[in-house]
Amino acid sequence: MDLYPLYNSIRIAGISTAVIFATGIAAAYYVVKLPRIIKGIIDCIFTLPLVLPPTVVGYLLLRLLGPKRVLGAWFFYVFGIRLTMNWWSAVFSTSVVIFPLMYRTARGAFESFDVTLAQAGETLGLGKPYIFFRIVMPYCKSGIIAGTVLAFARALGEYGATTMIAGYTPGRTATISTTVYQLWRTNNDGLAMRWVLINMAISAVVLLAINIFERKSGSK
Amino acid sequence: MNLTVDIRKSYDDFGLRVKFDSDSKRIGILGASGSGKSMTLKSIAGLITPDEGLISVGNTVLYDSNKKINVKTADRNVGYLFQDYALFPNMTVRENLESALHGATRRERRAVSGRTQAGSINGQAAGTGNNKAEKQGDRRLVNTYIKKFGLEEVADHRPGELSGGQQQRTALARMLICDPGLLLLDEPFSAVDTFMKEGMRLELIRILNEYNKQVILVSHDRDEIYQMCNYLVLMDKGRVIAHGKTDELFKHPGTEVAARLTGCKNISRIEKLTEHRIKALDWGGLELVTGEKVTDDVTHAGIRAHDFIPGEHGVNVIACGQAMISKMPFEWYVTLENGLWWKLGRNLDEEYKSSVVPQYISVEPDRIVLLKAGQKTG
Repeated sequence: MDLYPLYNSIRIAGISTAVIFATGIAAAYYVVKLPRIIKGIIDCIFTLPLVLPPTVVGYLLLRLLGPKRVLGAWFFYVFGIRLTMNWWSAVFSTSVVIFPLMYRTARGAFESFDVTLAQAGETLGLGKPYIFFRIVMPYCKSGIIAGTVLAFARALGEYGATTMIAGYTPGRTATISTTVYQLWRTNNDGLAMRWVLINMAISAVVLLAINIFERKSGSK
Repeated sequence: MNLTVDIRKSYDDFGLRVKFDSDSKRIGILGASGSGKSMTLKSIAGLITPDEGLISVGNTVLYDSNKKINVKTADRNVGYLFQDYALFPNMTVRENLESALHGATRRERRAVSGRTQAGSINGQAAGTGNNKAEKQGDRRLVNTYIKKFGLEEVADHRPGELSGGQQQRTALARMLICDPGLLLLDEPFSAVDTFMKEGMRLELIRILNEYNKQVILVSHDRDEIYQMCNYLVLMDKGRVIAHGKTDELFKHPGTEVAARLTGCKNISRIEKLTEHRIKALDWGGLELVTGEKVTDDVTHAGIRAHDFIPGEHGVNVIACGQAMISKMPFEWYVTLENGLWWKLGRNLDEEYKSSVVPQYISVEPDRIVLLKAGQKTG
């Protein structure tokens, strides 16, 4: 059994989780501080990928990154690189799809943060980075970790947008989810079942990890 | 050091307009909740930026809208004691103190390199630099403070595991370890159980005396302010309605609102009869002789609930009539038929008998406080 799809899925999920960890937290941190009306609008835009069908996300991404579209054409012209149909193209799609998960959990965590702690830090002469990394982040730790793990699990299972932007090339862009579809289509039921079980096992482990972690931080 | 506060800030439904100055070491701001007293304190700390005005301590200007000066909170070198202490929950007591030293070091470095807009209030930051010897000095200083504030046993505990008193001492130690130039205390006892309050208050007074810093205390508790502050600022609805020496303001509050804030229980509208004679409209038309001269702008009179004497003495004799009595641990609360409140001392084992409330009580003319109407807005 060729384990490339497993490796590729984990690689894509890992990279996109890292990307949205930083961007999702940054977005949440600034959105919380915005005035109410602007906050509502931006919040809506940032959450949209959560409710859109992944195929719609994939379609929009292709309109942007496709070889004949603005960004895609520009990249090809300048760097000679095609943004679609590579294994890493899936990072674009999974990142967009899982961004709301990270953003929303982080936003919830920041909203529950006690601002007087940050104010206390300021009166003690502490700088913004210290306050953010040593006071705000530890305070919001459990929410942010839960968001990260959930986002990783979702990235692992991303199919719709990924198949549109990265396609299915065995040994190149194949992920677990696209492989399962391909195997089913070609009537290779046994192998499809094996991949299904692998996927379920990983997801179960991840969700179990969240639960254990939440219980731990809850009992403290 | 002379503290000058003259600021204005408007919100949709609230306007803050505060002006006072004092060189007293202990300034108290007394007001009901929503009077803007905490907001004033936050403005002094720089946590709220006023729309316009001036805040200065000694020669240091912290905020001046005309000169476009607005020193960042982190550079002001003010110590701020929050209502719930705002200890960092993820750090131990020791780490909380260390974080304060970290802040002091940073502030000093910024001041030296001239990145601070106008400089912080005087006071030397405790730990500076980054080399090994100074790091050790820091550790020693933290240990000194842990010992001084009786926190040895809980030094490696998180704030969540501490008692209220230990939390307050940690917050005080964290605030004082960087030697702030001005201490701002925001309702320090609002989170404390009543039976703990007295002891913690005395402890706070002891610590404040030891460090001898200028202090601004914000509270809605007049006893607290009276006990701790020799200068008093009275606030109501975002305005300063009176400021002056605490004793003086309690004796002569001047206005009706100020009298209420300083705890005067009996206040009535009056009608002036002669220069030393008034008719109290809310006390059944009771006529009273006053010590002070009644000017034409006097609209109210007040009598403190403790100022009555039982029996018939002097010119102001009041009939108790059908009085209502309620028993407190150490006091009788008596409401006379005409609505006046009288508090008199009681022993715990004293039970009510008719002799507790005599037929008549009296009040000396000097004890009648003449008041003008609530402050004019604007």
